[in-house]
Amino acid sequence: MPSISIPLSDALIGSHICLDRIDVQGILRRRLLDLGFVPGNIVEVMQKSPLGDPIAFRVNNTIIALRKEESSLIFGEYVGSEEK
Amino acid sequence: MTSYTIALAGNPNTGKSTLFNTLTGLRQHTGNWAGKTVVMAEGEFTRGNTTFRIIDLPGTYSLYSNSADEEVARDYIIFEQPDVTIVVLDATSLERNLNLALQVLEMTPRVVVCVNLIDEAKRLGIRIDLEKISQSLGVPCIAISARNHIGIENLLDQVEKVANGTIVPNPVQITYSEQIESKLAQLEPQIEKTLGSRFPTRWIALRLLDGDESLLRTLRERMQDPATTARKEPLTHGRTVCH
Repeated sequence: MPSISIPLSDALIGSHICLDRIDVQGILRRRLLDLGFVPGNIVEVMQKSPLGDPIAFRVNNTIIALRKEESSLIFGEYVGSEEK
Repeated sequence: MTSYTIALAGNPNTGKSTLFNTLTGLRQHTGNWAGKTVVMAEGEFTRGNTTFRIIDLPGTYSLYSNSADEEVARDYIIFEQPDVTIVVLDATSLERNLNLALQVLEMTPRVVVCVNLIDEAKRLGIRIDLEKISQSLGVPCIAISARNHIGIENLLDQVEKVANGTIVPNPVQITYSEQIESKLAQLEPQIEKTLGSRFPTRWIALRLLDGDESLLRTLRERMQDPATTARKEPLTHGRTVCH
């Protein structure tokens, strides 16, 4: 599988993403880091709302929904099919 | 009769309030703090010859002024300087919870880490090496189940020992990148000159580097209000002082 960094907002539902970059700045960056959106951490894409925004992610065993504004600025790579 | 003030900090849903109610026997009343509308529960109980006043801080993931809740919790630990801060962690998601623990350890050395929901973790097959956590963090670490009254006595023993100085924790200090550390080394003497040793100098320096405007504002208010400084001074709890 080619490993290309994609924004979380484009990730497939059910996939696992290993984060490598967070391009959000300021207080919001701090908040995302505190919630577990940390480079190296693996995030599972849970589901999209009917209009495609926001998207729910599982981080550190907690489900957190992000708007496209934020999730399009968080990047990572698909990790091997270790799906349940 | 000795009296100690204990603050409970922790992520939302870690069972802080359950612990609070277990300790106080549900006799809490809510308090309004520092002109904020966020409520903190406050209660009291006596154990042996010691009275404990317990403050249940708002549940937060962080103490970096993202919200009013976080500011209330932060200001309480920094300005009211409780004798002991208990950091309540959820045993089933330590990774997320330890973030807050590290933040508190940068603010005060008088911390007891309390791993709650230990029975729940056991059921999920999660084993927790308390000894190791305690060593890594440099503060006492106790497993409890607030809901089922497991480990409460042990927790209170440690809290009392930290409060009366029998145990002097030596919390782990995060070492940052060389660039940040060199800025800290420049800032810290200045801060000490301005504020004295009332507040954790390193922590304030880190906040300044982060450009934390709201903390600066609060600090300025506190410094201009002689009543607060005068009242707070005798309450500060020298690390080396033995009680």
